[in-house]
Amino acid sequence: MQKQILTLLVVLLATIFSFSQDVRKLPNIEVKTLKGDAFNISELDNGGKPIVISFWATWCKPCKKELNNISEVYEDWQEETGVKLVAVSIDDTRSMSKVAPYINASDWEYEVYLDPNADLKRAMGVSTVPHTFLLNGKKEIVWQHRGYFEGDEKELYEKIIELVK
Amino acid sequence: MRKIIALLFVLPLLGAAQNNSGEIHGDFDLSLQTYKEDKSIGAKAADEVLLNNAYFNLLYTKGNFTVGIRYESYLNAKADYDPEFRGNGIPYRFASYNKDGLAITAGSFYEQFGSGLIFRSYEEKNLGLDNSMDGIRLKYSPTNGMYFKTFIGKSRTHFTYADGIFRGIDGELNINDLFGFESKTKAIIGGSFVSRYQKRENIIFKIPQNVSTYASRLNIIHGGWNYFGEFAYKINDPANSLSESNMNYASGSAFINSIIFSKRGFGVSAEMHRTDNMTFKSDRDKDGKAFLINYIPTLSKPHAYSLLALYPCATQADGEFGVQFDIFYKIQKGTLLGGKYGTKLDINYSRINVLNGGTSFLNDHKEHIPMLISIKDETLYFNDVNLEINKKISKKLNATFVIANQTYNKDFLEGHPKGDYGILNSTILVADITYKVKTKHAVRIELQKLNSKQLEHADELAEGDWSMCLVEYTISPNWFFAVQDMYNWGNEDVEKQLHYININAGFIKGANRFSIGYGKKREGIFCVGGICKLVPSSNGFSLNISSSF
Repeated sequence: MQKQILTLLVVLLATIFSFSQDVRKLPNIEVKTLKGDAFNISELDNGGKPIVISFWATWCKPCKKELNNISEVYEDWQEETGVKLVAVSIDDTRSMSKVAPYINASDWEYEVYLDPNADLKRAMGVSTVPHTFLLNGKKEIVWQHRGYFEGDEKELYEKIIELVK
Repeated sequence: MRKIIALLFVLPLLGAAQNNSGEIHGDFDLSLQTYKEDKSIGAKAADEVLLNNAYFNLLYTKGNFTVGIRYESYLNAKADYDPEFRGNGIPYRFASYNKDGLAITAGSFYEQFGSGLIFRSYEEKNLGLDNSMDGIRLKYSPTNGMYFKTFIGKSRTHFTYADGIFRGIDGELNINDLFGFESKTKAIIGGSFVSRYQKRENIIFKIPQNVSTYASRLNIIHGGWNYFGEFAYKINDPANSLSESNMNYASGSAFINSIIFSKRGFGVSAEMHRTDNMTFKSDRDKDGKAFLINYIPTLSKPHAYSLLALYPCATQADGEFGVQFDIFYKIQKGTLLGGKYGTKLDINYSRINVLNGGTSFLNDHKEHIPMLISIKDETLYFNDVNLEINKKISKKLNATFVIANQTYNKDFLEGHPKGDYGILNSTILVADITYKVKTKHAVRIELQKLNSKQLEHADELAEGDWSMCLVEYTISPNWFFAVQDMYNWGNEDVEKQLHYININAGFIKGANRFSIGYGKKREGIFCVGGICKLVPSSNGFSLNISSSF
């Protein structure tokens, strides 16, 4: 049985590698809004401008640091590039009730979604948070970054600028 | 199984034949650790010297069609993992199709109904927990505002399946969307049903082969207010091994409630939960977290600082009552306390105690139903009150301070006989300071202190006071270096006044991360989401590589 699966894997890989192209779009996965509505992440839109998707959680220090640091310059970023930041919280039912109070108290202007059972996280190959994706105007993922160090938002912004140039 | 293989095999080929391309992506993680003996901390050497956990996820998507597999390798599993994770295999593979509101998944899937009180299939790599289902799942939304999910399957345990067969259905109605009325107030209602079939082997007692669980939930949203409540019920589910003196036909129940209010610069939440005999397993006769199939969220704050998480709370699904309150407040900039950049405050309080008179589970020989709500005079499991202050002092300097007081029923939460350690009370102070040395260079210093005392006379001495210091240097966006020391200076046993020093360094570029470390780890309880595991002490090198593509 295991052997069958392995053979299959090899054939599958060979087939799809030879025919798949290098463009990556958002998966067809539903997340929740803070108002309890279902939202299909593939329907994200920013009118042809770049989108940043950042996976975070209320219990994740570097995630909050990243989003708080970006929050301070977000208005400038939006003005200069039209970029939109989407913060996807992976808090599960234990800490989900802290998401709305936290983002409100932090004055974040981001679009926020909840992914309580990690469906989107899994579909996008995110294993740890923070994990940040950058999408171009065609909603194709063009860049991603794991983790956050103080100052990392500068690299992200350089990548955004490259997209709108 | 065969069908899934056929599906996996044929569909990408069809796609290829039509000369349409799809997308392929995934992620990879490798974690190696050496183990050498260190008698002072009780660390054991590994016979293999080196232990390994690794996995590789691969997803192929084309339009509405997705296939995915995960290869996992444990040669042999790291010491903090269940040794049942042994060898290599592909325990996770699925194909799914999504068209006109109907999504079909064949093979492995993760699913959660409501808050997970009766059913949650999920993975948590840090805990070595993966109870993915293997079977068929359908999700259907016939019209806007109406959602159904149904499945049948068996639950994964390590590299095999638990005995029980699960059937479940969940429905959710978004009243406003469904009837199309615009209102400031929104209501969403939901209900779920899950049943487990497992053959009865006990010939003396009549125990149910089909164990049903139900849950109903309500969510009301009005402006900045949000109420969520869910109630769950489980019929009696005795184990096969029950005897006349130890019978258990008690049913189980759980309810959770939360109310949130938030507006710009301010947010509060209040939560309450009660659970009684609500452990639901994929095999009625087996114990251990691998067999849990539902999720009772812990009612305490998940702490990120190590000394705050030294004595963590674990949910007692068999019976507990708890409350939690949170206040998030931002003192606006330009005010006296807010300063130039504003100051953020997070206040959190939680208290969890036993059910009045004990859980139904313990009192089966007489018809006992614990009081609905009781706090006063009840034995405490866990109590935590903490304040976090986050302050940007200047363009270069950022600081976080935490002060907390925690009460921890060590005997109960760690499963020691009553009176061994009793209840611990700890006061914890944390200072976390980040200083930007120059563009892209930053140094972060964490200082933590825990003062702990045993509240009553106990047979054994607890560990006493701890300090912790961490220095981390980061060069954005690629490098980090860190050294930390946890020091148990207050241990009354002088031989146990030990340092636990760890050195780590790493390189990150885009979606790839490499890190190495060396050091000693303390034996302790490690929890994610209220599910906890005992991590053995260890001493050795570690290497971690993770990548996404």
